[in-house]
Amino acid sequence: MLYFDHCSSTPPHPDVVRTLSEVMLKHYANPASIHQMGMEADKLIQRARQLAAELYATRAEEWIFTSGGTESNNLAVKGIARSYRHRGNHLITTGIEHPSVYEAFKALEEEGYEVTYLPAEADGRVSTGKLAAALTDRTILVSVMHVNNETGAIQPIAEIGRLLSAYPKILFHVDGVQAAGKLETDLKGWGVDLYSISAHKLQGPKGSGWLYAREGLMLSPVLSGGGQERGLRSGTPNVPGIIASAKALRMAVQTASERRERMLELRSRLTAGLAGIPQLLIHGTDGSEGTMAPHIVCCSLPGLKPEVIVHSLEQEGIIISTKSACSSRKDQPSRVLLAMGCTHEVAVSSLRISLGDEHTKQDIDRLIERLSMIAAKLEPLAARRQL
Amino acid sequence: MTDYDLVIVRFGEFTLKGRNRSRFEKQMFKQIQTALADYPRIEALQDFGRVYIHLNGEPYKQVCEQLQSVFGIVTMSPVIKCKPELDAIRAAALVAMKVYDSTPRTFKVSARRAWKEFEHNSQAMNNLVGGYVLRAHPWLTVDVRKPEIELRVEIRKESGYVFSEVLPGAGGYPYGTNGKALLLLSGGIDSPVAGWLAMRRGLEIEAVHFHSYPFTSEQARDKVIELARKLSFYSGGIKLHLVPFTEIQTTLAGVKQDQLIITLMRRAMLRITERIAERRGALAIVTGDSLGQVASQTLGSLNVIGRASSLPLLRPLVMTDKQDIVTYAEKLDTYETSILPYEDCCTLFVPKSPSTNPNMRIVENVEASLVDLEKMLDAAVEGTEVLNIHPSQRNTASDAGEDEWF
Repeated sequence: MLYFDHCSSTPPHPDVVRTLSEVMLKHYANPASIHQMGMEADKLIQRARQLAAELYATRAEEWIFTSGGTESNNLAVKGIARSYRHRGNHLITTGIEHPSVYEAFKALEEEGYEVTYLPAEADGRVSTGKLAAALTDRTILVSVMHVNNETGAIQPIAEIGRLLSAYPKILFHVDGVQAAGKLETDLKGWGVDLYSISAHKLQGPKGSGWLYAREGLMLSPVLSGGGQERGLRSGTPNVPGIIASAKALRMAVQTASERRERMLELRSRLTAGLAGIPQLLIHGTDGSEGTMAPHIVCCSLPGLKPEVIVHSLEQEGIIISTKSACSSRKDQPSRVLLAMGCTHEVAVSSLRISLGDEHTKQDIDRLIERLSMIAAKLEPLAARRQL
Repeated sequence: MTDYDLVIVRFGEFTLKGRNRSRFEKQMFKQIQTALADYPRIEALQDFGRVYIHLNGEPYKQVCEQLQSVFGIVTMSPVIKCKPELDAIRAAALVAMKVYDSTPRTFKVSARRAWKEFEHNSQAMNNLVGGYVLRAHPWLTVDVRKPEIELRVEIRKESGYVFSEVLPGAGGYPYGTNGKALLLLSGGIDSPVAGWLAMRRGLEIEAVHFHSYPFTSEQARDKVIELARKLSFYSGGIKLHLVPFTEIQTTLAGVKQDQLIITLMRRAMLRITERIAERRGALAIVTGDSLGQVASQTLGSLNVIGRASSLPLLRPLVMTDKQDIVTYAEKLDTYETSILPYEDCCTLFVPKSPSTNPNMRIVENVEASLVDLEKMLDAAVEGTEVLNIHPSQRNTASDAGEDEWF
């Protein structure tokens, strides 16, 4: 089996699994309990928090453990919008966000907030100029993802942070779920106020994630309860998940730059190979300007149902996905590709190939070979339907 | 960020101490090397009461932060090294001035031509470099008498050296060069600050903490370990003596002299500490007392309590206001730990109105009536647990396998 769907979820690292099971067996006490066992569990959590803080050159108090990317994004977007409503009710995000950001903003619209959804340019990136033009004196939050989960386009986070530094009252959230462990990130230097990370995207366990929230921010909690995580995220902390995720994050972040180099090489091999398939359209750019994430390639074979290709490859023992896993079961065009200006035909036919640490050049070549073969076989069907 | 090539470290008052000077400098040099152990590419060279730290690519900011915790260093300057040529020196001067934003300031250039074959003399260099900087930074003005920025240029045969920043160091004496003392470490805000001030004055410190488990909690113990750990950052390591105080404390609480219990407790603590000091070769006891702050720190109380010990009692904070102590604690990063709300043995059994002026005669009578007191003091010394605390240690309760989880 050749698995190329790391953007949906990654195979957990064996060391992470070991941590998970050992901590789960040994530290089952509730970390809020005052007895020794509870304290030991709590200490492990504090150590995990300190580790995340050090990896991103931040402070331990700035990290909140959540149940994953979706919760981190909801807490950031809704938490800031509700807490700073007295300053204004205008929010800005993009049309290419992950549903956990996009739908959070949709929900806020129901609450009476006004939301601007920025489009993406043809290269898959949002324009800082258009963002600047959308700012108003009622704007309280800007949320832009770091790496788009469908196309892999890297958004100009540093540039946006620089723009927003002139507006200290506008807070800046970045969904970093697809960027963590792949790109080097300077939260303080870029002026990012909130940053979401998910553990299972970087060989950690599912059900565990982080929200970085810069010191001094007020967040209105989404969950009510026992006031864990300084009241920002009630619920008994997922001790084994938190510790195992810390390990996964450490391994991912400490090797990010080597991973980037290695994957970029594989990525250009892949895009070069895909370019040989007639009719195939690669979204975004070839990555040479450094604006594409190293681990994602998104392409379309217009006129062909992407599920057919996914299932055909599956029969060959190769796993890829259609757009993003979170929306791939719905038979709808990709909102992200539409926001980039693609036609409906292109937007309903996208495929996503995402790379992991285990891949080699031979794996890439095999994928190219099989996909070329399948595309050639199916091409007549596409042509017939288009008539 | 500007890339600096070396850091010049300057020492303080101890360089005046004739015969002891070389011992102090040696200790100083050792401390610097310990503080920079995490930066293997660094080369440190000693020269005339200064240390030159060649960074060889290590990050100057982190290195300077580390150095700022080393006692005995008065100031330090990050330096740019360049070719001993006018153009290179001018370029380096602009780099050295990068740290300042474009608000109007006064400056001057102080050049020193140690290599006499260099084509321009010191005075000429002042003008040549100063004029060049002025043209690039028109918001600056020259003031040769009292400039806000002094841009220093040193020309040697092998290189030119340029710097403008003078960063403050911790000051004081090299750690441990003035002998050893025991620190009463309670878990409050004051005692870690007192300990730091004592260490800065060149004292080697071992900390003593009294606990009354199960009246006090494990958290209180961890809190004091954490405070000791933060202090150990300045010495490279610290011994923490954990004294079991439950029996003595409950006995003293039983004599029904509520208003004197703090006085009696503090006297017992000093007696125990004195015995530990004797074993450890310490010649003084450091406390966080600040005159008048609480009932046990009135002049009357300090008198009656202090007489329990014949060792010198050093009270670095005795004349310091609370707010100033808090400012120190925040700087040392001990404040947040100190205010964690765990009961320690000093907050236990506290009477509603403790005596601010205890009567020496009554205190002595009460102590004389406790026939087992001496035995209990000895037992407390015997039962003392000693921990070696290191700056990098996370927590002492953890088992060895835990590291592998992260």
